[in-house]
Amino acid sequence: MADDGNPGAVALNTASDATTPEVGVRKFNINFGPQHPAAHGVLRLVLELDGEIVERVDPHIGLLHRGTEKLMEARTYLQNTPYFDRLDYVAPMNQEHAFVLAVEKLAGIDVPYRAKVIRVLFDEIGRILSHLLNVTTQAMDVGALTPPLWGFEEREKLMIFYERASGARLHANYYRPGGVHQDLTQDLVNDIRTWCREFPRALDDIDALITPNRIFKQRNVDIGVVTKEEAYAWGFSGVMLRGSGIAWDLRKSQPYEIYADLDFDIPLGKNGDCYDRYLVRMEEMRQSVKIMVQCLDLLDKNPGPVLLENSKFAPPRRGEMKRSMEALIHHFKLYTEGFHVPAGEVYACVEAPKGEFGVFVVSDGSNKPYRCKIRAPGYPHLQAMDWMTRGHQVADVAAVLGSLDIVFGEIDR
Amino acid sequence: MSAIQTTVAESLETLGASILERSGGRATGYVVAHEELNVATTIDHRVELLRILRDDEAFRFNQLIDICGVDYPEREQRFDVVYHLISYVKNVRLRLKVQTDEDTPVPSVTEVYPSANWFERETFDMYGVFFSGHPDLRRILTDYGFHGYPLRKDFPMTGYVEVRWDEELKRVIYEPVKLVQEYRAFDFTSPWEGANYVLPGDEKAGAGK
Repeated sequence: MADDGNPGAVALNTASDATTPEVGVRKFNINFGPQHPAAHGVLRLVLELDGEIVERVDPHIGLLHRGTEKLMEARTYLQNTPYFDRLDYVAPMNQEHAFVLAVEKLAGIDVPYRAKVIRVLFDEIGRILSHLLNVTTQAMDVGALTPPLWGFEEREKLMIFYERASGARLHANYYRPGGVHQDLTQDLVNDIRTWCREFPRALDDIDALITPNRIFKQRNVDIGVVTKEEAYAWGFSGVMLRGSGIAWDLRKSQPYEIYADLDFDIPLGKNGDCYDRYLVRMEEMRQSVKIMVQCLDLLDKNPGPVLLENSKFAPPRRGEMKRSMEALIHHFKLYTEGFHVPAGEVYACVEAPKGEFGVFVVSDGSNKPYRCKIRAPGYPHLQAMDWMTRGHQVADVAAVLGSLDIVFGEIDR
Repeated sequence: MSAIQTTVAESLETLGASILERSGGRATGYVVAHEELNVATTIDHRVELLRILRDDEAFRFNQLIDICGVDYPEREQRFDVVYHLISYVKNVRLRLKVQTDEDTPVPSVTEVYPSANWFERETFDMYGVFFSGHPDLRRILTDYGFHGYPLRKDFPMTGYVEVRWDEELKRVIYEPVKLVQEYRAFDFTSPWEGANYVLPGDEKAGAGK
């Protein structure tokens, strides 16, 4: 600074301060995660900051990499289904669905109608599970603590339905190539129906808590805007597409199972910002309840088998095994050698809560997949973090990350 | 049901034929199997072919869904690089394949589809397929300082190193994998249906002669 007691020098210095550009500002590189609560798991973001403004984001992923694809190459098709629960562990059954669809397509297996209805029912339960978690934790990322508490209460009830159907709250392993493992009891169907009646009220409460909230809007409206062209170019799917106003949902555009016969709407966003994506998720939950009610009605009208009765692919029922030698042999062969799938390559995908979840299976005709590539929707979404947050404030990183709906189980595989 | 399936297959046949025609020799062939269209091409022509597939009014494959590798160690060009495309305009999917080996780089398609960036990084990480012209070809899923390409068929399931916390050094250290018992690969394939091992006792069959 200027010399003491020399007013001229001070004046001179002030003048030069006004004219010289800001220099010597150091850019900050900070680590966001891997243990940051808003990182939704083990994400390490290397942020390059100019003051509060994000200049560059380099996501470091793979901290939860378990080598699922490698492990699958050494296991039979039946043993591989549980791996899919562990990908997106927020909505486990939706992932299993993609895998069993791939196997069924390759082996030419036809699924009983009732099994299809049950699968759709549990897909929608999974969708609500995932959206409830995402919507409420997105609110938590920007400062609200109550929504997750309310949301988790409903998730808990849904996980009990999972448990009553499959025996496990989280890692269900319920879908099988050729159907689902067990039929639902009438009690369970009734309880799900009761839940479907009660849930909209709980959802309205959460809605009233978050949607009009001033802070939530300030943090999400016009943040992380994605245009249609960007959404196409960056491989977006699911809510990330629909939030930008692209009318695309695999349940409508490439319907699988019984979605073509069901009555439901696809909500679309207008602005492609975080707030629109939030609104789309909220409406999708309401539509999911609508689908679930239709499925429950169909279940009442369509009794019947829930698993293929051809014992070459699906195990015989337990009662039959007690009496029939043939059934016992089939059971033994299925659980040791497993079934052989004809050689070929297929890609099967479902509209998982987070977007298009695809499975690419290469079979060499043996009892194990030669290669199984898992296409996780969150992977390209996270890739977009860099350009989506560029020029935003540091605090917006958490908001954008929340609206991307990231789960590391599926990204790191 | 079967009538619908045949029409799907037929329309894919038509699409495949028109891709072959309009690509100017860049696509080398197509196959329709399991109601999916597979198009084959070569390394040199692939970027232009993808550009045509994306921009041509007849195709409009405007999104790259996935890139992955497949390893066939017995082949001279051991890797398949598989591209999955989708057209949101025509509502149709397509699979594109090129073959390469460990040394021949595949030109990156990040210019055509920006989303290819991480998919190519993953393929590089898992198989060691090089992508020329990629802006940032680093490993992505494996550990910092990892060696080898885990999804290659000759990479052992257990890997080569394991980590543990060292109480004396007060840090995580890397050590060669020590297995308390040998890695067990169960092969339950029926010996009458193509198991590729010698049945116990069969090795003595030729010894008496």
